[in-house]
Amino acid sequence: MKKVEAFIRHEAFEPIRTELLDKGFPSLSITEAKGSGRQKGIVEHYRGSTLTVNVRPKVKLEVVVEDSDAQAVIDAILRHARTGEVGDGKIFVLPVEEAIRIRTGESGHEVLQLHDGAEASA
Amino acid sequence: MKKKLGLAVLVTALVALVIPGAASAASVTETLAEKTSELNMVWVAVACVLVFLMQAGFMFLEIGFSRQKNAGTGVAKILVNFAIVTIAWWAIGYGIAEGGGNKIFGDTGFFFHFGQNVAGEAVNGETAMLMLYGLAFCAVSLAIVWGTTLERIKFGAYVVYAIVFGAIVYPLVAHAVWGGGLLSDIGGKPVMDFAGSSVVHLTGAVGAFAALLLLGPRRGKYDADGNPRAIPGHSMPLVGLGVIILWIGWFGFNGGSTFETSASFFGEVMLNTQLAAAAGVIGACIAIYIKGRTVDVGMAGNGAIAGLVGITAPSGFVEYWAAPIIGLIAGVIVVFAVLAIDKKVDDPVGALSAHGLAGIWGTLAVGIFASPRLISEGAGSGIWYGIFGDESLSSALGQFGVQGLAVLFTFAVVFAISIATFFGIKKTIGLRVPADEEDAGLDISSHGMYGYPEAFIPQPEYSTGLPELTARPVSQTASSGQLAPEAG
Repeated sequence: MKKVEAFIRHEAFEPIRTELLDKGFPSLSITEAKGSGRQKGIVEHYRGSTLTVNVRPKVKLEVVVEDSDAQAVIDAILRHARTGEVGDGKIFVLPVEEAIRIRTGESGHEVLQLHDGAEASA
Repeated sequence: MKKKLGLAVLVTALVALVIPGAASAASVTETLAEKTSELNMVWVAVACVLVFLMQAGFMFLEIGFSRQKNAGTGVAKILVNFAIVTIAWWAIGYGIAEGGGNKIFGDTGFFFHFGQNVAGEAVNGETAMLMLYGLAFCAVSLAIVWGTTLERIKFGAYVVYAIVFGAIVYPLVAHAVWGGGLLSDIGGKPVMDFAGSSVVHLTGAVGAFAALLLLGPRRGKYDADGNPRAIPGHSMPLVGLGVIILWIGWFGFNGGSTFETSASFFGEVMLNTQLAAAAGVIGACIAIYIKGRTVDVGMAGNGAIAGLVGITAPSGFVEYWAAPIIGLIAGVIVVFAVLAIDKKVDDPVGALSAHGLAGIWGTLAVGIFASPRLISEGAGSGIWYGIFGDESLSSALGQFGVQGLAVLFTFAVVFAISIATFFGIKKTIGLRVPADEEDAGLDISSHGMYGYPEAFIPQPEYSTGLPELTARPVSQTASSGQLAPEAG
């Protein structure tokens, strides 16, 4: 199991979500995140004073899938989140030890999201 | 409408028939005088309500300029201050302001009641109306005080100072200018402050200055090197709403200060008010754009207020052409003043600039632009008419000096009493909340609740019963059946 964790622009989320849903990955989480990277912060002007905000708002997207599905998720994110400008974000892939569905208590591969090709690997 | 008019005519005709004496010339004059007085008071009543509405304007303006964690406290502050100042004005303040007496303070009219002798006349409905209108001004002046103290003052300070302000501070200034006191006759010349650039606005701003000196800046306002940092207010829409409400209320503030409907003079005053407010916005927007290359939302609002404060004293004394000049200059003053003041002291809403400096400007502007057509009895006209017109320049300069004296007097009296009061508060109950309460916000620390609870406390989910979008099948294949439970 892998967790694909991506920091993306807000406007990239909806197309990524739609594609993941179509491909059979409806389960995901997002968090409003703030961070810094090569992209500089924002300088706000307020009543003559300036306020430098050194972190920018991003969406943190988390999807946990079978090892073999990780690439499909990454591809979807790359396709929609890349504008070519500084500030497109980053993707991290992490190993996941266990997955448990809270409603039923079942664990393991059962819990991972299913998709059209999932039966074969399950 | 027509029907009612017809009815009125009929009733009048009937009355004339039944009481033949009613048509005699003497009683017609008498009745006309009575009705005129009543009509005047109807106008004052309308104006009074508009000025009371300004409390909502101050509330929204200050809440908008505060952070989310200090939204609720602004509501409690306005309500409690409004209430306390009402009682203080009724019990003591009105008597000091309007109760005749000597040049310093009035000595009748305390615990105002019907039939009471106030400055030689018995209290009736008209006196009550005027007393209430005076209260509306006093309450506005007090509301201005707290603009500098947002987000860090102890709630108890409001209670103590509101009593002192409503009973003593504002009434002393009002008595001096409007109650036959010191400033109503300086070497034969009265101070001309039509609706209170100095009496109401400068007074409030000086109180605000005294509070600010003892209170200090908000935590985080200045960096280690002492450079000011922006602490953005949480809602520019609320600021805008506040400004517009104040703007509308100002028509009651200035227009009502005619106290009468004669010659519809209030129309002239209201037009001046609107012209100055508009010019204030334009002046402030141009000034901040030149300084910062942006049209700052808050500064546009400050510009409107500054224009209005600037025209408050001159509104009944100047010609229409002077009003936009006064407003424009006020709008420019407020921007540079906010920028300069921000470097040294923390005034979150710009009360010192918009009410203080614009108030001083407005008071002095009377001495520059007052038209010979409109000046008070004994007063000199504006310097403008001394230079470009036929009026005596020395008399005009004398009047300008009198206007300057009003500024100095107001500053001295209000500052002395206010700084003493705030010092007393600081040494007894304390003026400022502890650092941890300031960080948490006054809503939760002073009032036990957040102004916007959902911003801080998670809310439970609730199903609307409408079809859930997540139930949408992934695709029309066999696997969609397996996905359905995910949604459930």
